[in-house]
Amino acid sequence: MIMRETMMLRDAWLITRKDLRIEIRSRIITNQIAPYTLLILVLFGFALDADTETLRDTGPGLFWVSILLVAILAIQRAVDIENSDSAQDRLLLSPISSLSLFIGKAIGLFLQLIVLEILMMIAMVTLFDSSIDNFLLIIVSAIIATIGIASTGTLYGVLATGLGVRETLLPILLLPVLAPVVVGATRAFGDGFGRVNADGWAWVGLLSVVAVLYTVLGMLAYGQLLEEA
Amino acid sequence: MGALLLLGIPTLVIFAFFLSPEDDNMKDAVRLLYIHVPMAIFAYVAVIMTGIGSVFYLWKKSRWWDTVAHASAEIGLIFCGLVLVTGSIWGRPTWNTWWEWGDVRLVTTLVLFLMLLGYLALRQVPANPEIRAKRASIVGVITAINIPIINRSVEWWENNTLHQKSSLTDGKLENLTLFTLFLGLMLTGVCYLWLMTHRFRVGWLQTEIENEGALGVLQERIAESTASSAETITKEDGEEEVI
Amino acid sequence: MSHLGYLLAGWIIAVGILTIYAWRLIQKGKALSSQVPEHRQRWMSSSQDT
Repeated sequence: MIMRETMMLRDAWLITRKDLRIEIRSRIITNQIAPYTLLILVLFGFALDADTETLRDTGPGLFWVSILLVAILAIQRAVDIENSDSAQDRLLLSPISSLSLFIGKAIGLFLQLIVLEILMMIAMVTLFDSSIDNFLLIIVSAIIATIGIASTGTLYGVLATGLGVRETLLPILLLPVLAPVVVGATRAFGDGFGRVNADGWAWVGLLSVVAVLYTVLGMLAYGQLLEEA
Repeated sequence: MGALLLLGIPTLVIFAFFLSPEDDNMKDAVRLLYIHVPMAIFAYVAVIMTGIGSVFYLWKKSRWWDTVAHASAEIGLIFCGLVLVTGSIWGRPTWNTWWEWGDVRLVTTLVLFLMLLGYLALRQVPANPEIRAKRASIVGVITAINIPIINRSVEWWENNTLHQKSSLTDGKLENLTLFTLFLGLMLTGVCYLWLMTHRFRVGWLQTEIENEGALGVLQERIAESTASSAETITKEDGEEEVI
Repeated sequence: MSHLGYLLAGWIIAVGILTIYAWRLIQKGKALSSQVPEHRQRWMSSSQDT
């Protein structure tokens, strides 16, 4: 039993490394998506015609909305990697289980998103002059929220593939499902940045429930989808 | 059933508007609740039916269940939309605002609405019916599971809500009000069933036509190849292999 | 009656939309059933379908 689990994790890690290696070589994240992230923040800065107070208040919300928008791109990227050159078929023929595939891709997505979030955090602290009150809260809530986003995103990425309308279908399918993540993460951040009188840790609780739920659902459904995609 | 509905609606209107009493706090606006509340209940019922249908489809691969899921989702969407609209209209005179972002019930209902939109969007995509059905089912299950869980947990974690606490469970409703509400509930239920029956029929016919289309093409191909292989036999005796 | 405007709006919209939807469903049902041969129109139980 333990053997199988370790093998599964090892397989998953293989997938993660593959995805990350492709990413490092192609530099899509660094060259395209990260600047886009920054751009969104800047645009919000313009649009809100901000005084620093407003920016500090709205910061958490803007942060998570931007991350969600960017996540859509990252997810599409992750799915495209599989679809090129029938990589998918070869992967299915290999002894790697679909569960490992799911976990591997989800972890890969997770790591990419975390990098983007760190970048965005730095931008927010500088551009919006936000100050972090509670470091631990911010870090934990970000991690858990990102787990939720990564697993849901991996599942929905495959769900929306192969039908020729993915670009438009993915957002409307994915974003409502992630609404609770946005709510929880924003409240937690609000508390963590000292702007809002909310109990951030309670929200972390909600985020955990969501993350666990979606990860489990993802693990169950992913295999089914791969068979015919 | 249709006749029942046609009779029932005017009855409900009469009760709602004329016979039942004013509410203390919100005066006559309460009369909107006679449809708002039942529709909210049946919107949830509809989503749950979609979830059940999806689960059964994934389990049994039965087209019947898949059609049920699809039909229920569409009806759920309409009910959900109307819940939001009637709720908003009710909210205006009562709370003096069309919308309230802080209220959990409102926001989760809106999210449900969006999820149903997504589900139906997925359904409309032209694709192999089985693939589409399977994917839609997964989305359907996720949607259905989502709502109670998220609803409960957010309510638990954030206790402030502008939303009317359930007077039903309080037991403070007067007789006539309660009766009218009950009437509304019954009617909405009948309405749901009636709509389901017809929507199911439409959905069933649609898949029939799709399958017919696919079958038709298949039959044509078979006919073509039998015709051409028949030609091959007659033209070249034993020179070419008959497929 | 107080808030009559709101009341009427709410009720008319709700009943109206439902009626329109029901109407369109019936229309669509009729249109589709003319395209499908009679014997394929009935469904009885889930065990019967392909």
